[in-house]
Amino acid sequence: MRAFRFLRRNFEHGVHPAHHKKQTQDLPIQRVPFGRQFIMPLGQHIGVPSRAVVADGEPVERGQLIAEPGGFVSTALHSPVKGIVKKVGDFRGVDGRFAPAVAIEADPFATQEVDPDAAPDWRSLSLEAFIEAVQMAGIVGMGGAAFPSHVKLSVPDGVRIRHLLINGAECEPYLTTDHRLMVERPEALLEGAEILRQKLGAEETVIGIEANKPDAIETISRHLSPDQPVRIVKLKVKYPQGAEKMMIKSVFNTEVPAGRLPRDVEVNVNNVGTVVAIADYFLRGMPLIERVVTVAGPGVTYPANLIVPLGTSVRDVVRFCGGLKPGTREIIMGGPMMGRPVASLDVPVLKGCSGILVFTEEQTARRKEFPCIRCGRCLEACPYFLNPSRLARLSKARMFDEMKAYNVFDCVECGCCTFACPSNIPIVQLIRTAKDDLKNRKESDG
Amino acid sequence: MKERRDPDLLLFHAPLLRQGMTTPKAMRDVIIALMPATGASLWFFGLSAVLVIGSSIAGAVLAEWLFADRASRGESLRDATGILTGLLLGLTLPPGLPMWMAFLGGFVGIALGKVIWGGLGHNLFNPALLGRAFLLATFPIAMTTWVPAGPEGGFFSAYAGNLALPFMQVQVDGVSSATPLGLFKFEQEATPLTGLMFGRIGGSLGETSGLLLLLGGIYLWLRRDLDWRIPVSILGTVIVFSAILGFFDAERFPTPMFSLFSGGLMLGAIYMATDPVTSPVTPRGAWFFGIGTGLLVMLIRVFGGLPEGVMYAILLMNAATPLIDRYTQPRVFGHGVEKKS
Repeated sequence: MRAFRFLRRNFEHGVHPAHHKKQTQDLPIQRVPFGRQFIMPLGQHIGVPSRAVVADGEPVERGQLIAEPGGFVSTALHSPVKGIVKKVGDFRGVDGRFAPAVAIEADPFATQEVDPDAAPDWRSLSLEAFIEAVQMAGIVGMGGAAFPSHVKLSVPDGVRIRHLLINGAECEPYLTTDHRLMVERPEALLEGAEILRQKLGAEETVIGIEANKPDAIETISRHLSPDQPVRIVKLKVKYPQGAEKMMIKSVFNTEVPAGRLPRDVEVNVNNVGTVVAIADYFLRGMPLIERVVTVAGPGVTYPANLIVPLGTSVRDVVRFCGGLKPGTREIIMGGPMMGRPVASLDVPVLKGCSGILVFTEEQTARRKEFPCIRCGRCLEACPYFLNPSRLARLSKARMFDEMKAYNVFDCVECGCCTFACPSNIPIVQLIRTAKDDLKNRKESDG
Repeated sequence: MKERRDPDLLLFHAPLLRQGMTTPKAMRDVIIALMPATGASLWFFGLSAVLVIGSSIAGAVLAEWLFADRASRGESLRDATGILTGLLLGLTLPPGLPMWMAFLGGFVGIALGKVIWGGLGHNLFNPALLGRAFLLATFPIAMTTWVPAGPEGGFFSAYAGNLALPFMQVQVDGVSSATPLGLFKFEQEATPLTGLMFGRIGGSLGETSGLLLLLGGIYLWLRRDLDWRIPVSILGTVIVFSAILGFFDAERFPTPMFSLFSGGLMLGAIYMATDPVTSPVTPRGAWFFGIGTGLLVMLIRVFGGLPEGVMYAILLMNAATPLIDRYTQPRVFGHGVEKKS
């Protein structure tokens, strides 16, 4: 059987949630009109927050740098509109907590163009300069995690990248942003891929797409040119196919060792949206100041795929989509498996916001929790082969230290265990609690 | 434009989606899967089946109700695990057993098999089998008195033993019979396979029809309620073991098919050993558990003093389950692999 593994193109375990993509998969990407006020949190990526370089009352152009990277694992921020900096201070973030941000009031009469020649010529840049340019363009992983892309591209000496893997799995239900980008902007995707491939010195580009997006596979195939070493790999529809280590397993049948990165198996993974952002910056001069967002779910009047300027409030986006239906109970930023609930309609759209999903009673009804009957469904769901049943039990007993022996830190919080649990035990939430506790204690000790 | 008030937003953590399977549904599935075999026990043993199974369910449910705290009383009855335990126990009992013993077995199964461990999900031993072990230890004669299928007076009559009053001397039926395993062990007499498959034989209420039990097992497997590794490894071990024995002395030892379809093996392998609470949670552990159970069954049957060993085999492996789990944790993704170059 093992010899035929390459035919199956898959990772082991995982779950099969209903796709819920019909709502938006055929809707072309539209542009949301510019609103009045934009809030750009300084910490909207993983890592150190950015440092604001503008002051209250300062006029800014669209695409102008408003915050510089606060360190290596940090990235730049740009103004999503031409306007005036209203205030640099604390604003409520997605989770409702105050966090530093730059608020900008749009100039209602501006044409909101960007200088198409703002970016340096990528071909003449050294690798170091290219990586710095990516950082200064504010580009982060657009799949949801918002990890600064330049960090991923920085490969230590002696490590070689052979494969550039482009993640077009979009395995989260409801979300169709990468799907639409692949169908509508295949040229930009292939341009961005070629820039990255050449800069990394990779031998080939592999685009991994789940089998439920045949039109994306077909469109990209049509745009392939014979002199570009690109191949498309059709992947089985399964969650979390788009988790990068799962996708590497599916495509190359290679396991990334625990605690290591894709580069340790000679692969660099980038999401479709990220690759398009690379092309938009280096070929069209636009830093990361807008992104595609899927607005969907049972509580939204007119579902849509939208280009949203960063910092636009969820309220403005939802209003553009005809508003909320009565019975709205929860709004998730990102996908329904790993996304984050938003605390109010006034929170801004961030770089990592792939979706605004509006849920009603059905998805948010209180589910009665039963005792764990050790049925093992979570073990067979966990793509990391952990023992979620055990971890949940230990977490409930607040035996967090014991959880380390059960490899709690290998958990990527994909949520498969909670999805699969027939007793409605919030397993991944319990694991998250333990991880947070362990991390906090380590920090306060150290 | 008049703006409506914002909805009060909840902040439930993702994932918001669920598979849709719930624990009570899984319990109900097992009860549904047992229906063909229960029907067969009614067909073969008439009213006696109703009386014995009914008493054991009543005992189990009463214990469930009695020991549940007031707040969760309704819940613990609704999840149907008490009914399931009672039904499973009832199916393992001899058709002529006095009702009060069946009732006591159900009660003790829940009380000592489940409640004192902390309730659903916390018990070490299968409650139904614990109830049966209690009955076998307490009433060894009644528990090993077998009657031929079909009470004399037809469907609506019961075996005289069923109606014995509590703590009175048990009346042994005029006609007594033996189970195929007993016949084989003590009389060296083999029962034809068709009888074993379809069930017109002496034995416990639910163990007589191997095929119907298998049917329910397939249903559970299709519903993904059952860890297929456990029945497959138990039955596989039994087949291999008896094939090896048969290779040495085909006369003295039972054939693989006889071993498979006789006694409580099907009932035990499909419905009791697979009890998720008392079997290993790890996939690899399930194989060890099944192989161990199969080996113990054959050892007891062939070399032990008892004709049947499924119950003790499963209970012994239940006791080993925490240990099996501990040593069969799956290899975590990315562990034990080397980085390239």
